[in-house]
Amino acid sequence: MRRDIVLRVAAKFIMAPLILFALYVQFHGDYGPGGGFQAGVIAAAGVILYAIINGLGAAQRLVSMALVERLIPAGVLVYASVGLVSMALGGNFLDYNPLAHDPVHGQEWGVFFVEAGVFLTVFSSMIAIYYAFASRRAS
Amino acid sequence: MSLIAAVDQHLPVIIVLAPLLGALLVALIRVEIASWPIAVIAALVSAMAAFRLVFGVETLGVVSYRLGGFAPDLGIEYRVDAVNALVLLLVTGISLATLVYARRSVADEIDSGRVPWFYAMMLVAMSGLLGMAITGDAFNAFVFLEISSLSTYTLIALGRDRRALVAAYQYLIVGTIGATFYVIGVGLLYLSTGTLNLALIIERLPDVTSPRALIAAEAFILVGIALKLALFPLHAWLPNAYGYAPSAATVLIASTATKVAVYLMARFLFGVFGIHVELGPVSVTGVLIVLSLGAMFVASAAAVFQRDVKRLLAFSSVAQIGYITLGLALANPAGLTGAFLHIVNHALMKGAAFMAIGAVLLRCGSSRLDDLAGIGRTMPATSVALTIAGLGLIGVPGTSGFVSKWYLVLGAFDDGKGWLAFLIVASSVIAVLYVGRILEVVWFREPSKTALAAREAPLGMLLPTLLLAGLTILFGIDAEFPARLAGAAASALLGGRP
Amino acid sequence: MSLVAMLASEATRFTIVLVMVAGLYIVIARNNMIKKLVGLSLFQSSVYLLYLLPGKIFGGTAPILDPRFDVYANPLPHVLILTAIVVGIGTLALGLALAIRIKEAYGTIEEDEVLARDRGQASPATRKAGTRG
Repeated sequence: MRRDIVLRVAAKFIMAPLILFALYVQFHGDYGPGGGFQAGVIAAAGVILYAIINGLGAAQRLVSMALVERLIPAGVLVYASVGLVSMALGGNFLDYNPLAHDPVHGQEWGVFFVEAGVFLTVFSSMIAIYYAFASRRAS
Repeated sequence: MSLIAAVDQHLPVIIVLAPLLGALLVALIRVEIASWPIAVIAALVSAMAAFRLVFGVETLGVVSYRLGGFAPDLGIEYRVDAVNALVLLLVTGISLATLVYARRSVADEIDSGRVPWFYAMMLVAMSGLLGMAITGDAFNAFVFLEISSLSTYTLIALGRDRRALVAAYQYLIVGTIGATFYVIGVGLLYLSTGTLNLALIIERLPDVTSPRALIAAEAFILVGIALKLALFPLHAWLPNAYGYAPSAATVLIASTATKVAVYLMARFLFGVFGIHVELGPVSVTGVLIVLSLGAMFVASAAAVFQRDVKRLLAFSSVAQIGYITLGLALANPAGLTGAFLHIVNHALMKGAAFMAIGAVLLRCGSSRLDDLAGIGRTMPATSVALTIAGLGLIGVPGTSGFVSKWYLVLGAFDDGKGWLAFLIVASSVIAVLYVGRILEVVWFREPSKTALAAREAPLGMLLPTLLLAGLTILFGIDAEFPARLAGAAASALLGGRP
Repeated sequence: MSLVAMLASEATRFTIVLVMVAGLYIVIARNNMIKKLVGLSLFQSSVYLLYLLPGKIFGGTAPILDPRFDVYANPLPHVLILTAIVVGIGTLALGLALAIRIKEAYGTIEEDEVLARDRGQASPATRKAGTRG
């Protein structure tokens, strides 16, 4: 697979738009369909595509297993911290209203950070699942 | 002072959040030495919050917490009343004791690279179980159910024996079918009432025009939960799962997971559908009584013939769950009090028993009944704890098992079912057989080579074991505290719906 | 004839139930652990459809306030099913991982052979020509 020039070139063309599209879906989630779940999966698809074309080793130099394993809890931690901050600011857990000077901005900030956490966890979980299966040698 | 008030306001969410944050920290740091202290601290915070909440509920009645500040018909509401306060206290307390106990056992049984993951999974399982118990939202309960289930499958698969993998796989298949049944039922309820909040569902149920949808919903939900609580004859996954999981995981699952599922079933039976509703041609209580009796006799009889003590105790768990569901089916104050008392007492007894077996496993490397021969001479304290737990399982006077069975018998007489009281006593005789087998081997056999080489369990394992065994005795002599909580739970369930 | 008419009018619901029962049947009837997981996934997928069906409103759009639209689909089922899908992914991944570990430990993922090997008996495949799938 490594030497197949068609696949390699095609993958190169797909990967960058894929990541870009993931970011679009992520940040457009406030105004239209989208958000961390979808964006995370799309971005992870980019990395997995890279791993399929260039081999697992190359992909793990790009996004290492250690990084992926830490991003999973880190994403949930970002999510939970939003709730903790809103508790500290006098609201209920995950109440976004007190996060900014007025509730509308508070909701916007709250969703932004929550979706960022979701993105990290979904992105890294998908890659972790792929790595875990792909790195298993056939017995 | 204001800080305490501020914390008090958030108690319901702290109970669930503390173990979850603990799990995240453990997974993020992933240093073996740091994992255990973080896990114990997280469980301690959760247990303290639950303890405080129980007394809050005793004075306030119902504590409601709105996640994200949304109204209950839109958002998720955590709702604590006398029923789940008891369950929360039980789960946090047992989890804390288990985590304290786990350190030596985990260091011995789990590969060192996986130890942080193990603690993370224990905490996630704890968080999921607490979430199931605390939430007032039917779909949220499904999510927490799956969180606790997925982590439980992982915990079981970490067992040393390759059969642990098969046990985890089979539990995964059955557990997922159960959870999916539950979510189908919740979906039908949502279609009928337009809400997922249990309290609102109760309000809107009288307006539902199609009784058929409700019957289908009840059937799906009850069968789904019955799979999770291993109600006879849906218990086939349980003996293998308990038998091959790592000791600490067995203690946690055996003493908490099925209890929370029983709570959920009680919540739906009494709180939502009403216990006396007829499911087509059959009555729910009738079916439940028959299945409970099946569990009490068939599973007890199966326990008698087990060669491995962990599997023996697992079959005994299926039988003891039968007593609990029997109490639910009686649906009168005494029977329900007995059921909730037995939830607490069985968690304590089975916790102590599995902890003792875990200690034996650590010192002898085996949990086969023959290898336990004469262990009473070299590990006296552990064996005493095992003996107390065993006597509790029989229901010997002076142990807490007697108190809960006493209430169950009273409930049976209140219901005019004297034959049921007789059967409860008769099934205890079978318990005498399987407990007697353990006790005979432990105390009266000549010690085997492994037993002679064994030393008493380390203090870190011994203390939680003896604590649970001690509580079994204490609640058998003075049952005032658990009986008060269980009685409050029973009257809350019966009063919740006319 | 009336059955055909009923099937036509309730086509979506029948499809859902068909997928549901087919998935459950695969879980129960198949012996191969991977195939069981496929059935389990199918079973779960039917529930996604069950929830999404009533959320659909003809002519309704995504529930984002906009002066040009006044009919919105119910967003709650979609949110719930997004969660359920994530749960399903987790279950499937864990199940497959267990299947791989079982294959490594036992050399087979046929459930009856695995159970037979634990009992210490000869595998049924050696006695029976060909294996059920």
